[in-house]
Amino acid sequence: MNLYTYASPANFYILAGKLIPWFAWGAGLFTAWGLYIAFFLAPTDFQQSEAYRIIFIHVPAAWMSMFIYLVMAFWGAIGLAFNTRLSFMMARALAPTGAIFTFIALWTGAWWGKPMWGAWWVWDARLTSELILLFLYVGIIALWAAIDDIKRGDRAGSLLTLIGAINVPIIYFSVKWWNTLHQGASVSLTKAPSMAATMLQGMLILAIAAWLYTIAVAMARVRRIILERERQSEWVKALLEKES
Amino acid sequence: MEWASWSDFWHMGGYGFYVWGSYGVTAVCVAIEVLLLKRAAGDTRRRLKRMRQWEEQ
Amino acid sequence: MHRFLLAVLRRDLTLAARRRGDWLIAQFFFVMVASLFPLGVGPEPAMLARIGPGVLWVAATLASLLSLSRLFADDHRDGSLEHMVLSPEPTVLLVLGKSLAHWLIYGIPLLLIAPVLGIQFNLSWEAIRVLEISLLLGTPILSLLGGVGAALTLGLRGGGVLLTLLILPLYVPALIFGAGAVDGVMAGTGAEAHLSLLGAFLVLSLMIAPWIAAAALRVSLE
Repeated sequence: MNLYTYASPANFYILAGKLIPWFAWGAGLFTAWGLYIAFFLAPTDFQQSEAYRIIFIHVPAAWMSMFIYLVMAFWGAIGLAFNTRLSFMMARALAPTGAIFTFIALWTGAWWGKPMWGAWWVWDARLTSELILLFLYVGIIALWAAIDDIKRGDRAGSLLTLIGAINVPIIYFSVKWWNTLHQGASVSLTKAPSMAATMLQGMLILAIAAWLYTIAVAMARVRRIILERERQSEWVKALLEKES
Repeated sequence: MEWASWSDFWHMGGYGFYVWGSYGVTAVCVAIEVLLLKRAAGDTRRRLKRMRQWEEQ
Repeated sequence: MHRFLLAVLRRDLTLAARRRGDWLIAQFFFVMVASLFPLGVGPEPAMLARIGPGVLWVAATLASLLSLSRLFADDHRDGSLEHMVLSPEPTVLLVLGKSLAHWLIYGIPLLLIAPVLGIQFNLSWEAIRVLEISLLLGTPILSLLGGVGAALTLGLRGGGVLLTLLILPLYVPALIFGAGAVDGVMAGTGAEAHLSLLGAFLVLSLMIAPWIAAAALRVSLE
């Protein structure tokens, strides 16, 4: 037995079914632990009072939104290069979760910004690039939704993800550049709080929770995609037979 | 321990609205994603089984 | 090899010359979108000069998107696209030639109209000059990146709207550097840095976009 065994959809289906509960429980435990740190161990910030506790979900969500995009681009590139069916399924399964984390990052950014900056939305470099990242996610999901042919959809979506991945750093840089030139219009920014050790710890633990959650959700989504695509195969038929 | 009482905890030093607004919406997003996924998985299975029965007839 | 590129270019230009209405529509669209802004925000000259570069740049991106959905669609419908992709000539050159033709047909007239709109927006001559340079460097980027979107959405229901959704986020750097160059010269900080970055983005798009568009075209035709 080797790693390639699990590259076949049938084996992956079974493996994922076994692994999902572990990841889901892990995500739950890490969330509880992280939230405990965020609300009970982390001290009140002398500058921002309690509002800074929003950061504990904002930063992990923003990390996830970017990581998931990169992972999607990675799977898309693997799929295009080696023509592996499972990697395209992975890319598809990750996109909705990535979009949700992007939305959460934007939402919590706004709700942190209102008490701190005095405005729900500031055209700050990070918020703006996060918004454009959300547009990219929406575009990719819309493209997948519009193409009925599985093979074409897989490839087209991955190509779009790839050109987006090349573009994301340029977009981030250009927005940052644009932002520094237009300082006059922006609200005075409170400096980010100096990172206390407990704060970093809480954020990291919640980031791990977000990873475990993403893996669990993506695996569940891959399982559904596998069933859909392999419905004509013998093993799916046998599986459904056994269940009913 | 930062909080003297539960009401203190919910109040969040005056920022309760923003803190719980952020955490609440995050929780709702995650809950919706999980629920939709569960339902979609069930739908797929039921549809495939119906298709199987239909094929056998 | 460059013979094939020239042949694609000549073919698209000839076709465009026969259908003059098509490209006139895109140019009128550009003028109209830009003219709506003074009606929306008011006629004060100082404010118009302030928003002018951004408005003209946004209008230019929208006008280019309007025409891009047809980049491959007509050839796809009559089947000639499939022949050209299947021919031994590299698909990259086909895409490059078509993007270049699109720029000549839609980008160059835009450059000619932009100064008139610049005057309407009360821009100084110096600002109009920089606007022209930024559009000269920027509009090829729109055609190149748009080629990727046109190839990806080829033959899809509602392809035009989808194309807009896919490609607009990718236009952001061009928009920022292009409009920023004009802003820079008006604010007295100079436009060189912006224009250099815009040029770098153009070179990068030129190196990457045709390959991805060619791959997308092959995927869409399979």
